[in-house]
Amino acid sequence: MRLRRETTAPVADPARGIELRGVRHVYGDRVVLSEVDLHLTERRIGIVGANGSGKSTFARLLNGLVVPATGSVLVDGLDTRTHVREVRRRVGFVFQDPDAQIVHPTVAEDAAYGLENQGVPAAERAARVAEVLERYGLAGHADHPAHLLSGGQKQLLAIAGVLVMRPARIVFDEPTTLLDLVNTRRVAQIIDELDQQVVVVTHDLELLDGFDRVLVFDAGRVVADGPPDSSVAAYRALMVHR
Amino acid sequence: MTLALYVPRGTVVHRTPAGWKLLALAGLSVLVFAVPTLPVVCGALGAVVVVGLVVARLPAAVLLRQTRAVRWMLVAIFILHAVLTDVLTGTLTVLRLLALVLAAAVVTATTRVTAMVAVVERICRPLEWVGVRPARIGLVIAMALRFIPLIAERADRIRDAQAARGGSVRGLRGLRTTVVPLLVQVLQLAHTVSEALDARGADDVPLRRRDPRAT
Ligand SMILES: Nc1ncnc2c1ncn2[C@@H]1O[C@H](COP(=O)(O)OP(=O)(O)OP(=O)(O)O)[C@@H](O)[C@H]1O
Ligand SMILES: [Mg+2]
Repeated sequence: MRLRRETTAPVADPARGIELRGVRHVYGDRVVLSEVDLHLTERRIGIVGANGSGKSTFARLLNGLVVPATGSVLVDGLDTRTHVREVRRRVGFVFQDPDAQIVHPTVAEDAAYGLENQGVPAAERAARVAEVLERYGLAGHADHPAHLLSGGQKQLLAIAGVLVMRPARIVFDEPTTLLDLVNTRRVAQIIDELDQQVVVVTHDLELLDGFDRVLVFDAGRVVADGPPDSSVAAYRALMVHR
Repeated sequence: MTLALYVPRGTVVHRTPAGWKLLALAGLSVLVFAVPTLPVVCGALGAVVVVGLVVARLPAAVLLRQTRAVRWMLVAIFILHAVLTDVLTGTLTVLRLLALVLAAAVVTATTRVTAMVAVVERICRPLEWVGVRPARIGLVIAMALRFIPLIAERADRIRDAQAARGGSVRGLRGLRTTVVPLLVQVLQLAHTVSEALDARGADDVPLRRRDPRAT
């Protein structure tokens, strides 16, 4: 649609999912991820692990916010190192703190932000924003200042601002950590209803009910990988021996 | 933190393009400074109040809040003039400033930030020739409006947390114990915000926009 500054024509193949090959990442001389080789094609993927085990770093790899020190991450066959813009259009990201994700003063303006970046025409933008605000019960707040929303509403707005861009995959990094029970359930339901592939980092093990695959991280390595039951059991066992 | 913010109403003032409103604001400032006579200045003030309350149907509280924000400054200016020049000049100066403050409040309360930002971007368009992205300038303004209340709120929270533990929140010591943690929080926030901007395609903005933003 628009001229890209990236010279090589990306050949994307949605069937390939997300591939991590020999990924290792360091901050300074601290190794935060090592020997990560994964192929993520399931629709619902959960990530659990102790504080500092590398979950957020892993999540950031998936849309190129972090590029691995060694190894490579491919999304639909596109390398995050060379096709970061393409990758970010395909992979949405929801952070833990909604306040850090809302960058415009009012609700509707913020929801429109990603679409502006994509160059979506004004009329279509307005329609898509109205639709997504309606879906998340924010329609009545369209012109309200974002800082007056409740914590739960802010997180819904942050999610709306990502979903409105219609990414094929969405990564959530602890989307419910700051929310109360009602809003946690609401976000869980939203995640449940998404057609997209989702990768959810969480400390809330209930969120993983019905997931297809759960990875357990420990000290930067994947130490368990399987259906929720067995992975959660492995995670509990791991924590008991701390 | 009180910033005059958009008050949604479907009036003709709201629908007037942001560029025209800003132009009218500029015209008004020129007028009250070029023709500083009591009838002109009173007329301008009256017109602003009528446009704000009657035509744009803004709540009086919006205008009162702005007046209250500048009241001590106006009083000081009036006293200064009364002592140094004369009461008439003092009155004129105060009414003139009040008219402009209220006019600015009417413009901000009837114009979406995006529309205002779009005007700024249009004005900055020539800067593209030297490699500046007008969209970036617009984003900075919008983000300032978004984050000022948030940072004020975080500062309050830090002060509360310290007061709850019996800390002093006033004076030089109070300043140090609130400013340092606030700075740390703001830097952390800035880091996440920049990641969130990236994740939502901030880098994707074309140098030339294909269509103006909705008003
Ligand atoms: N930008 C950074 N610079 C330096 N070190 C970092 C950075 N980000 C993370 N780390 C370190 O990398 C390690 C892994 O961090 P990460 O945020 O990925 O863990 P996590 O599993 O998400 O933890 P939590 O459950 O607390 O969110 C931690 O030791 C952390 O201190
Ligand atoms: Mg984390």
